[in-house]
Amino acid sequence: MKKLLKLFTVLAASMALMLSLFACGEAPQEKKAEEAAPAEKAEAPKEEPKTIKAGFVYVSPVGDAGYSYAHDQGRKAVDALDYATTAFVESVPEGADSERVIRNMARKGFDVIFTTSFGYMDPTLKVAKEFPDVDFMHCSGFKKSENVDNYFGRIYQARYLTGLVAGAMTKTNKLGYVAAFPIPEVIRGINAFTVGVRQMNPDAEVRVVWTKTWYDPALEKDAAKSLLDAGCDVIAQHQDSPAPQEAAQEAGAYSIGYNSDMSSFAPKAHLTSAIWNWGPMYVKTVEQVRDGTWKGNESLWWSMQDGVVDIAPMGPMVPEDVKIVVEASKAELMKGNDICFVGPIKDQNGEIKIAEAEKATDAQLHDMMWFVEGVVGTVK
Amino acid sequence: MPLKIRKRDEPWKWGALVVFLGALLFSLLVSALLLAGQGKDPIEGLYVLWQGSFGHLWALEGALLKAIPLFLCSLGVAVAFRMQIWNIGAEGQFALGAIGATWMALLFPDLPGIVLLPLMFVMAFLFGGLWAFIPAFLKLKLRVNEIISTLMLNYIAILLLDYLVFGVWKDPASFGFPMTPEFTAGAIIPSIGGSRVHWGLLFCVVVGVGLWAFMRFTRLGFELQASGEGPRVAKYAKIRYGMLVMLVMGLSGGFAGWAGCIETSAVLNRLQPSLMVGYGYTAIVVAWLARLEPLNIAFASFLLAALRVGVENMQLELQVPAAFGVIMEGIILMTVLAGQFFLIYKLERKRRS
Repeated sequence: MKKLLKLFTVLAASMALMLSLFACGEAPQEKKAEEAAPAEKAEAPKEEPKTIKAGFVYVSPVGDAGYSYAHDQGRKAVDALDYATTAFVESVPEGADSERVIRNMARKGFDVIFTTSFGYMDPTLKVAKEFPDVDFMHCSGFKKSENVDNYFGRIYQARYLTGLVAGAMTKTNKLGYVAAFPIPEVIRGINAFTVGVRQMNPDAEVRVVWTKTWYDPALEKDAAKSLLDAGCDVIAQHQDSPAPQEAAQEAGAYSIGYNSDMSSFAPKAHLTSAIWNWGPMYVKTVEQVRDGTWKGNESLWWSMQDGVVDIAPMGPMVPEDVKIVVEASKAELMKGNDICFVGPIKDQNGEIKIAEAEKATDAQLHDMMWFVEGVVGTVK
Repeated sequence: MPLKIRKRDEPWKWGALVVFLGALLFSLLVSALLLAGQGKDPIEGLYVLWQGSFGHLWALEGALLKAIPLFLCSLGVAVAFRMQIWNIGAEGQFALGAIGATWMALLFPDLPGIVLLPLMFVMAFLFGGLWAFIPAFLKLKLRVNEIISTLMLNYIAILLLDYLVFGVWKDPASFGFPMTPEFTAGAIIPSIGGSRVHWGLLFCVVVGVGLWAFMRFTRLGFELQASGEGPRVAKYAKIRYGMLVMLVMGLSGGFAGWAGCIETSAVLNRLQPSLMVGYGYTAIVVAWLARLEPLNIAFASFLLAALRVGVENMQLELQVPAAFGVIMEGIILMTVLAGQFFLIYKLERKRRS
């Protein structure tokens, strides 16, 4: 009963706090943050000035073997540094909840905060404005400010290489692509994949199914099955679960994974994966933050050369001559020669979008809302 | 000590409060055990949870902000449930309200807030309410079960929202990403003073009190409560059951629509798919937890919101998985609902006869 009483007092106290919230509603936000800071338990005194606290916000659970898992591998690389500590919050919905989580981190004295999903863009900018001393890194968006960089990797380069493999392996000349949302990031990947496929096999076509979700294993699997039923014999994916890989293996078809090496989920089907490797650039960023050389207002688009994107080791079913072609193309990319979108490249209507011998500009890539020739599907 | 279960002869005074607090305490204990099972210090864990929920003004702000949409959706759901109309469609009605409000915000960007905001609220209510009319109409005319139809309409509503933000309403400056342009200042509900809490909170209070007064003091409200016993009772009492069903669904959908309007305007400042995080479904849980009483709903929404906010703090400080928060929430809801048993029955020591 005593405990009950205690709990009751605590509840009553919280109500009083609630009321006082209205009373001091006039106080400016900065002041409140200062008031709150000394009481904060996590704000332990720093042993040496060069210790860096890095925070990460993920949209899905880190156990998804997909997108957030890949980011978390990057976080672990940072955590291994002797001068850095890290913390993360997972499964944070985009929108209002993310703003609160990001603000919470900024309040608790994190030096640099990585917000790793597109929907965190506006919340990141809002919070960044209130905390000018904290550095923010937002992944996959397009806005930036004094203390916010946006960053992403040229995963389309890896997609292009996986397209080469897939194009060489298809027999029905029909490939399936389970895709999340019709936004430039995903469309760019489908296009790069298709360019690769048709380079090896000009008659092949890539069929796209939109799931309108990043992570929904059951739905992803169903989408893959519908593509397999339509005669596709290689399944690629822009999804965060390995479910499409499993569907391909069950149907005796091949598959191309995404995010991390998905070979363990479908060893018989898995040809290769387009993979993220955030570690090197995350470590570099944290280094810059420590040295004070980090700069805001930048759009960073890291490439295969920077080690951020790659392909997983190719499966034993991929013939040697195909591997040689893929390795040669990868060597070009590693030299910084972006060979993925070299003209002439036509759209679905046969209209030339990238002229003969020209390369796609970053602006064209950022804004890509059209499919290349050879894709079956619409961008809606 | 042999025990037997006996039905209570008269209601237990303060019973509801004791059961609620007891259940809360029990579930916190279980959560502490789970924390210990993961090798975390349970005392620290609960302290961090407390800090994250109530420990700072900004924690309270976060909880209040999150409680606003929950409260309105839940209030709407409860109105329908009281009449035994099972509206599972708050999620879709929430989406439609957001769509209605956004339409006004995009159509009249230059209007001052004093005109535009009321317009958005009216439209949100209409859209949410009309969306809820569909299942009401189907129920009355074709005897379609409203549980199924409201649930199905949720999916349609979300697809409609997707269609708009991926298509006609897409911001040309968004590089193809699905979102409308940011609202003009007139379409954004301002915050209260320098705090993060916006005037939607006051709106909630007004709606809550208004609904309570309506149920308590008007004839219509009385009829509503009376026909909660079912259509046959209503017919016997010469109450216009069909009209009441329409009214109740309209109100229910309208409240959810308001929640959508507030969330879009005050929090996101634009319409985008990430608006939909399941408040409409959580609202059903809140409504039951609060036993359909408006004041209880206010508390329950606030407590649930505070729990969710606090659990984030636990994640950050202790690096427990996000699933732990969901588990904790589940334990609390289960124990509180199971605790209702003690309101109806009591345990007595078996007497030797």
